[in-house]
Amino acid sequence: MTKDLTQDLLHEPLSVINIGLEGFCAELKAQRVEVIQVNWAPPAGGDPRLADLLAKLGS
Amino acid sequence: MQRIEKANQKAIDRMVAGDPVLVDVIPAARAIPALKDRMILHAGPPIEWGRMCGPMRGAIMGIAVFEGWADDLAEAESMAAAGEFEFHPNHHFDAVGPMTGMTTFSQPLMVVENATYGNRAYCAINEGLGKVMRFGGNDAEVLERLCWLRDDFGPSLGRALRHMDGLPLKSLVARGLTMGDEMHQRNVACSGLTLRALSPVLAATSDTNEALAKALAFMGDNDQFFLNIAMAMGKSIMDPVRDIEGASVVTAMCRNGTDFGIRVSGTGDAWFTSPVEMPAGLYFPGFTEKDANPDMGDSTIVETIGLGGFAMGAAPAVAGFVGAGAASEAGHYTRTMSEIAIAENPEWTIPSMDYLGVPTGIDIRLVVETGLAPTINTGIAHREPGVGQVGAGVVRAPMACFEKALLALAASLGVS
Repeated sequence: MTKDLTQDLLHEPLSVINIGLEGFCAELKAQRVEVIQVNWAPPAGGDPRLADLLAKLGS
Repeated sequence: MQRIEKANQKAIDRMVAGDPVLVDVIPAARAIPALKDRMILHAGPPIEWGRMCGPMRGAIMGIAVFEGWADDLAEAESMAAAGEFEFHPNHHFDAVGPMTGMTTFSQPLMVVENATYGNRAYCAINEGLGKVMRFGGNDAEVLERLCWLRDDFGPSLGRALRHMDGLPLKSLVARGLTMGDEMHQRNVACSGLTLRALSPVLAATSDTNEALAKALAFMGDNDQFFLNIAMAMGKSIMDPVRDIEGASVVTAMCRNGTDFGIRVSGTGDAWFTSPVEMPAGLYFPGFTEKDANPDMGDSTIVETIGLGGFAMGAAPAVAGFVGAGAASEAGHYTRTMSEIAIAENPEWTIPSMDYLGVPTGIDIRLVVETGLAPTINTGIAHREPGVGQVGAGVVRAPMACFEKALLALAASLGVS
């Protein structure tokens, strides 16, 4: 029988990795949830022209 | 892109192979023959009088009196506004200068020779702390000190350096990194090591005991004495990296108090500019951020070679001084800057970070991709002419410079 991971998630202490917007991390920390923040942003701040150039220039 | 990777490897090889040696102190007119009467070299990218900030104007007025071009500051200001002086960036003449970066023909310039490639770079002598011309100071005390540097200290320092066949800088900086310097806002160790190396030679070559005592006291009292040496060293290391076709490595970063400018190896001598930003920092008693002038100086050449804000991990003590947070966070700055640099310098390492090499070779592609702009440790000048330094802080290079450079590099490679 397959273990119900959703049940585990809801009944065990959460360990969270938050990628990107720090607001989510701050909210979880305020609720005393263990959370690790990973700073991430879309390439070139989301500018499609620069992102396209970067892809061609091989960054 | 293979072409860029090969070009960048060549750039890194040249940076790491550089062998800077402080060899002499000579009058600017001898160092830079193109430097003529009524010609003023300044920090940062090109700028005309009308767009210059307060401290830059204050320094220009002061240096015009120092050179005897004007009888007083008011006359100097009128002459500058009337277009009687010629302004050029230090970087156009193999030179660099801290903050306002004044370079004129009678000033003594320290000469750093890159022994590997034979090129030379120049920087004026650091005047010390407090009211000084690099921060826009221009009163009698400031001008009197400049006269002493020109007539006494500069010639005696030059004589000592010639006597000892120069002071090798690469190993000295490596040692300074292990002693808590990052070579921009903390130069305590390197200034001390320089004093230690020069003292016996100054004693052997000095005219009088009185002159020797004054020279030693001047160097010993100035924790930032080495900064100007580090800057000339940085320029001597980066100039051989210019003009490598396809290379996306930054060869110069500098600011004139109005604009921030960068140069990139693959785009030659073109400047990519954007308005300067305001440092976030700590202020001396009696001053606040309302007194501060925006970012200024050629000293960002030390970040360009992987020192300063890039080597913050080596200098936890400076993190507090520049308001960058707890000493324990200093390493975070270095690790972050590693994300926009291509390599680590194998000879300039940070013991407390398991001998991590300082981040070397800023790649404009990585800056634009990550959105991480170079971190710069800097002094803060008062925004009015004639006041001087009011604090120290951290500032970021404007992202727009790197975006413009990326577009130009792509165009040079036929990529659109």
